[in-house]
Amino acid sequence: MLFTILNVISAWAIPFLLLVIPLYGYLKKVPVYESFVEGAQEGFVTAVKIIPFLVGMMVAISVFRASGAMGYLSLVLEPLTSLLGAPSEVLPLAIMRPMSGSGVLGMATELMRTYGPDSFIGRLASVMQGTTDTTFFVLTVYFGAVGIKKYRYAIVTGLTADITGFIASIYICNLLFR
Amino acid sequence: MLNLIWLILLASGIVVAALNGNIEVVTEAALGAAKGAVEVCFDLVGVMALWLGIMKIAEKGGLVAALAKMLRPLMVRLFPSVPSQHPAMGAIILNLSANMLGLGNAATPFGMKAMQELQTLNNDSDEASTAMCTFLALNTSCITLIPATIIGVRLSFGSANPTEIVGPCIFATSIAMTIAISLDYWFRTHSRWRRPS
Repeated sequence: MLFTILNVISAWAIPFLLLVIPLYGYLKKVPVYESFVEGAQEGFVTAVKIIPFLVGMMVAISVFRASGAMGYLSLVLEPLTSLLGAPSEVLPLAIMRPMSGSGVLGMATELMRTYGPDSFIGRLASVMQGTTDTTFFVLTVYFGAVGIKKYRYAIVTGLTADITGFIASIYICNLLFR
Repeated sequence: MLNLIWLILLASGIVVAALNGNIEVVTEAALGAAKGAVEVCFDLVGVMALWLGIMKIAEKGGLVAALAKMLRPLMVRLFPSVPSQHPAMGAIILNLSANMLGLGNAATPFGMKAMQELQTLNNDSDEASTAMCTFLALNTSCITLIPATIIGVRLSFGSANPTEIVGPCIFATSIAMTIAISLDYWFRTHSRWRRPS
């Protein structure tokens, strides 16, 4: 039941916005097509501007991951997470989460294929995936779009939020699904 | 901060690959990722154009301003350095709304628009403004009411109850968001990074 409702909402959200906003604009006598094109032009310029920032970040993350350095980091962190009650299988997911959205989705998918979506690992991976964000990607893209090179404390705040999200995910999953 | 993180990611990767005797993966990963980054940006071009086009209509019709007015009491407290009528407020609200609905591809364009608006208040500095840091704290910790992608993955592997994770997700993000907002508040009022206003 809940699933059907959520499914309908996600299916309708974008068509709804695409209908309501231009319709409302037209009724308010906005030249809708011309305004659309005007806004769309800004979008193009911004997307191109972030390329150098994204290349820098993605190269570093990819080297870190492909070399096996990430694997060693999860070995180091394992005692800490088992103390919190998380199986070591989800640790690479936690480490990659702030760095790469598509990489992490791949990992979560793999965990669910291996252990099943209704296993403890599958549920924990799902909650972790839904809870935190790709902080590095967001910071790189958003700051890159306006040419900000000094991030001040934004990284610390974002990563703390991610770590908090993980700990909270582990806690709630242990409470509900164990 | 970022300089150091970037260097550590890169250098530790290269050292580990060298010690494991498979240094060639570094070259492959680096070149592949560089190409991948440009592909990501090109995927973004169309989506950015679409949503910023739609947003322009909403802006001219007064929809963005109406939404911003509704949430003004909250926004003024979160962003004391941004004038309450500033267009940045509307873009921030649109970005967070899209995030909450799980519309990732709409959230990014609105977010970049918000950053551009905030940058106009930042004297074109290359250092992040306080409002930008608060915005990103909210953005990266934002509650997702419909984590559509992960529900889809669970469904495709035959989960008996694909949406059972929605409640736990909301619980965990609420805590993360509370911590992010509090930490951001502390940073901008008490830490060595604070700015005289």
